[in-house]
Amino acid sequence: MNAVERLIDLLRAPERSTAIPLDVWTEILTVARAETLLGTLAYRLDGLTLPAVVVAVLADAKAEAEQVRRTALWEANRIAHALAPLGHPVILLKGTAFVAAGLAAGRGRGIGDCDILLPQSLLDRAEALLIDAGWGWLKSDLYDDLYYRRWMHELPPLVHVERGHMVDVHHTILPPTARPTPDPEALIADAEMLAGGLATLCHSDMIVHAAAHLFADGELSGGLRNLWDIHALVEERGMAGLAERARHHGLSNAVGRALRLSHALYGTAVPNTWQTLNATDRLYRWRMTARDGWGRERRWLTRMGFYIRSHAIRMPLPLLVRHLWIKWRKGKAAGVSE
Amino acid sequence: MRHRISLRVGPVGFRIGSDWRAPIAALDALYRDYPRPDFADYTVRLEATSFWRRWLRPSVQTLGDYHLPDSAPLPLAQGLLAAEMGMNLQVALGHRRHLLLHAAVVARDDRAVLLSGVSGAGKSTLALMLSRRGWRFLGDEFALIDPVSGLAYPFPRPISLKNESLGVIPPDSLTGPHLTGTPKGEVRHVAPDSAAIAAMDVPARPVLVIFPRFGQPLALHGMAPTETFVRLTQASTNYVALGEAGFRALTRLRSDVPAVALDYPDGESGVAAVESIWSQL
Repeated sequence: MNAVERLIDLLRAPERSTAIPLDVWTEILTVARAETLLGTLAYRLDGLTLPAVVVAVLADAKAEAEQVRRTALWEANRIAHALAPLGHPVILLKGTAFVAAGLAAGRGRGIGDCDILLPQSLLDRAEALLIDAGWGWLKSDLYDDLYYRRWMHELPPLVHVERGHMVDVHHTILPPTARPTPDPEALIADAEMLAGGLATLCHSDMIVHAAAHLFADGELSGGLRNLWDIHALVEERGMAGLAERARHHGLSNAVGRALRLSHALYGTAVPNTWQTLNATDRLYRWRMTARDGWGRERRWLTRMGFYIRSHAIRMPLPLLVRHLWIKWRKGKAAGVSE
Repeated sequence: MRHRISLRVGPVGFRIGSDWRAPIAALDALYRDYPRPDFADYTVRLEATSFWRRWLRPSVQTLGDYHLPDSAPLPLAQGLLAAEMGMNLQVALGHRRHLLLHAAVVARDDRAVLLSGVSGAGKSTLALMLSRRGWRFLGDEFALIDPVSGLAYPFPRPISLKNESLGVIPPDSLTGPHLTGTPKGEVRHVAPDSAAIAAMDVPARPVLVIFPRFGQPLALHGMAPTETFVRLTQASTNYVALGEAGFRALTRLRSDVPAVALDYPDGESGVAAVESIWSQL
């Protein structure tokens, strides 16, 4: 077993951690850091008898995760405060939603930006309110700004001037240019309220969003963490109504692949239909485990393939060509002016 | 990776991997007296910036568990410096067990003096000179303060001397290569004496904080507790990341330990001033 496989195995069966040699622990912890799964691993291994040096690193990871959790909740609180005049709950997405709702998927999870969802009709006002409250644009580039507004499912990222934290304001969960078209009205209508003007997606939509993010949007880097989100969500609150909801959002393929891979890697309890990997699933697994014991990304050709694919599925080919052409010309212009 | 070494410095284990043999050989020589542990808290990687740059004008990119996205690569001749910077970065960005202060630390009888200041304040030079006069050397880069006990844990890495301070290196010391043309100018690393390495698991209680400033007329100022606090927050790389634990550790250090600002014109008078303050504690 290599270090990535060991990491997956430990997340799946923490009790198998007792006979691991110290030099192998070094590799596992490095890979866990690179996959932003160290905090998750630390909580999974809580209470087991492990070497003191390993326990010390895991304790650091838990302390860090606790601080990340606290910061994320405070950031959500500030955003809800700034957006209170909208009279609409702020729907938290991904990591911040998991910790705000107290879900197992949030235990030890790394959280970067705060991702929120609002109805598209409120986006202009939300942006103005956030700017009044101290957030500002990160991208000053006119093309990038226009690109976000014309083609993306979110506003250009806004950064708070004092705290330096970023908020991504979404109006749906995939770019409008992507082939699947999730139903944002259903996402918002079925959101579940939390205290303090906050809300989360309903359980099924959380899984659909995680799957969409993993298989219909990104290049699969950090895929093991995103797949763990799906595993933890299903393990904690089941998957009743999930297939129907996925169909409604046009994301049955992404959700099916997520469930098959989650079962194969993490042993998620799923019905028979999702217990066998097909050939394409195996390629995804090959991509998601492309890292060596030093934390380096390997399998260059596979990664490149998925990188190209990530662009191809986000937008139709003519738009992609136009986008890359403009980006390339800007890159050249920047090079000359240096 | 093809070339590798594991080192332990105080409470921290490092694993350094390299595309080339030379940086690892330099580490092996400079860290001659340090343990080679099985386990490493942090991994540093010295990688060629591209496929060709492994052989053609070799260029070292410093990566690892933690790295800065836009750090400039170094030529292979400065591979030891790249490794040292990589190790510093892992601790600065990853370490949560201790409150980290950018400071040199020396001790007598397990009572420690923290010399805290920006690069160029003379921390390393003063620490090296004091260590030659019977002080125990605990580190020239980071003071590791235990948030529970308030004790300073040794992190006695090789001392990094730059430019005009290279002249204070004692001729009998174990040193790394003389590096020229680095982003920091001329650099040379000096291994601490073997007694400092042998005692690297023995903590000391901080009893004095000095904020030294090199190249100024000799002057000693007391410091208001509020200013001490702000200076210490600026000197810490993980104060914010530690949250409440960091705040508690820092307020305690500020209230338990007197702090002074010391301006000094040269190493000799700096050392004399530190020892004179010490004798009046």
